[in-house]
Amino acid sequence: MTDTPAPRHIPDRLDKPLSSAIFSWEALLVVIAVAIFAVNSFASPYFLDPWSLSDLTFNFTEKGLIALAMALLIISGEIDLSVAAIVALASTMMGVAVQAGAGTPVLVAIGIVVGLGCGSFNGLLVTRLGLPSIVVTIGTMSLFRGIAFIILGDQAYKGYPESFAFFGQGYVWWVFSFELALFLIAALIYWFVLHRTSFGRRVFAIGNNPVACQFSGVRVNRIKFILFCLTGLMSGIASVLITSRLGSTRPSIAQGYELEAITMVVLGGVSILGGAGSILGVVLAAFIMGLVTFGLGLLNVPGIVMSIFIGLLLIIVIALPIIWRRLRVGRFA
Amino acid sequence: MKSFLKYREIWLLAGIVVLIGLISTRFPGFADPANLRQVFNDTSILMILALGQMVVILTRSIDLSMASNLCFTGMVVAMLNAAHPAIPIPMLIVIALLVGLVLGAINGLLVWRLNIPSIVVTLGTLTIYRGATFVVSGGAWVNADQMSPDFINFQRVAFLGLPVLSWIAIVVIALFFLVMTRTAIGRSIYAIGVNPTASVYAGIDVGRTKFIVFCISGMIGGLAGYLWISRYVIASVEVANGYELNIIAACVIGGISIAGGIGSVGGAVLGALFLGIISNALPVINISPFWQMAISGSAIILAVVLNARGERRQGRIILRKAEAA
Repeated sequence: MTDTPAPRHIPDRLDKPLSSAIFSWEALLVVIAVAIFAVNSFASPYFLDPWSLSDLTFNFTEKGLIALAMALLIISGEIDLSVAAIVALASTMMGVAVQAGAGTPVLVAIGIVVGLGCGSFNGLLVTRLGLPSIVVTIGTMSLFRGIAFIILGDQAYKGYPESFAFFGQGYVWWVFSFELALFLIAALIYWFVLHRTSFGRRVFAIGNNPVACQFSGVRVNRIKFILFCLTGLMSGIASVLITSRLGSTRPSIAQGYELEAITMVVLGGVSILGGAGSILGVVLAAFIMGLVTFGLGLLNVPGIVMSIFIGLLLIIVIALPIIWRRLRVGRFA
Repeated sequence: MKSFLKYREIWLLAGIVVLIGLISTRFPGFADPANLRQVFNDTSILMILALGQMVVILTRSIDLSMASNLCFTGMVVAMLNAAHPAIPIPMLIVIALLVGLVLGAINGLLVWRLNIPSIVVTLGTLTIYRGATFVVSGGAWVNADQMSPDFINFQRVAFLGLPVLSWIAIVVIALFFLVMTRTAIGRSIYAIGVNPTASVYAGIDVGRTKFIVFCISGMIGGLAGYLWISRYVIASVEVANGYELNIIAACVIGGISIAGGIGSVGGAVLGALFLGIISNALPVINISPFWQMAISGSAIILAVVLNARGERRQGRIILRKAEAA
């Protein structure tokens, strides 16, 4: 994006199939996840309880849903910083509808439509006018959340219908929350789209070389537009979940989600420069971030200190393969 | 190229004059020299920060950790002042610059030595530095009554009709202007943004220059940390939360291209001034401050749309028609 192309920090899968399977990014993430899981279960006696593990999932499902779509967007070489603001705006619109006496189906529809609308607005600005997405979405981020602030002021909307609570608080089977089920289904769909369809192949291709893609007959702008719409859509869905879970709307809702979703994507092995990454990695990274925040929460570590661990995890995990490669070549720095 | 840059800033200046004119129709006192001095003073910190961010963006990088750096450094100097009120203020400012420099150097080293994209590095240090603020302070606040009168009053003292804070901003602007237009490092920063590959062949050490720009933005973050805390007289973990995006917004409105290489000191200053006028004017003309975010968001989008026309002319890609299609 804004950086000059650096060497890919993803292990080169094409070189050696066997060793790359063992030393792949996803394997590294699995090792980290297992290690954190083990540390957590030793550190707190309350961790291994099924209900507590179920609670854990709420730490990442909403941001994870956004991260799935964001992964595709970043692979294509774009970024969306406005996702949290879309969540806030969609939630505000749902709040307005509730005041007018709307029922649950209408609320869900509003969340999805507002999300799609905001996403397509981003997409239009980026593709029609050829603007850099990082700046456009900084602008729309202020714009969307600004509208939420104008409508809400300093008040909060409450009074959501009881049936609406299911999306954020309901369980589909014993301890499996609706949110987790939705996240897993969405992850499967996104995995299929990215890794098993020609659409997904084009997303990778655009991230690697948009100009070559254009000449190969790929409709670069149309695909980018679709990706922005998808990110908006997932933000709308996340907005339904979080509004339902909290049962209220405030203009400051989901503050900082954009950076957490991007952290999940990058930690999941998606190159911030575009062109490389996998859905499995993003799902694992979402799970790891959930584990870290939940485990530290059980140990009464304040939220702001958890963010140190997330930040360190991000930098160390990205730096490790680079240091490792240089050590093997025997040429550090 | 140069005349085009001037053109852009004249447009921005004209926009600001029109803005002030519009506000004056609703609130006659706004265009008063005394009030404009106040607006300049209120915007000083944002201007300084935008200049620090500008040099980073010019090299095709980005520093998302600036506001967290500000928060951490501000907390450190506030705690030092609370614990040892005898430390003179110039000494505290030097400490703030040094702490900021260290935080910036960490970003710079990771970008330079490990080749990690700056957006990833600073996304990580954004959360780390703010978390570190909590660790050093234990979550406690430093209140106005814990700070020494010198600490609070230093930047408010009037000197030749302007508060010291405004003078600091003027000195920083002058320094940046000299460095960007009259020194080799300033030229290298532009060169890297315009074409990193050609810069390497021209003998510019791209990695080291990026390290230097992160050190600069770190020092600026540290300086702004002291200024911010002594201005709003409260140090907490929440200070300047999310402000990194305001800083980048000021740069974007000022015509600094996020793709690197395009932008000027005047642009960054005017961009910050534009945002400052909006936030100053809304309350006095009886518009709810809740409108502020939406207005600055619209201003950013408008600025990008206007900037984009200029950037297209750069012609980095030969077959522009295909790229635009």
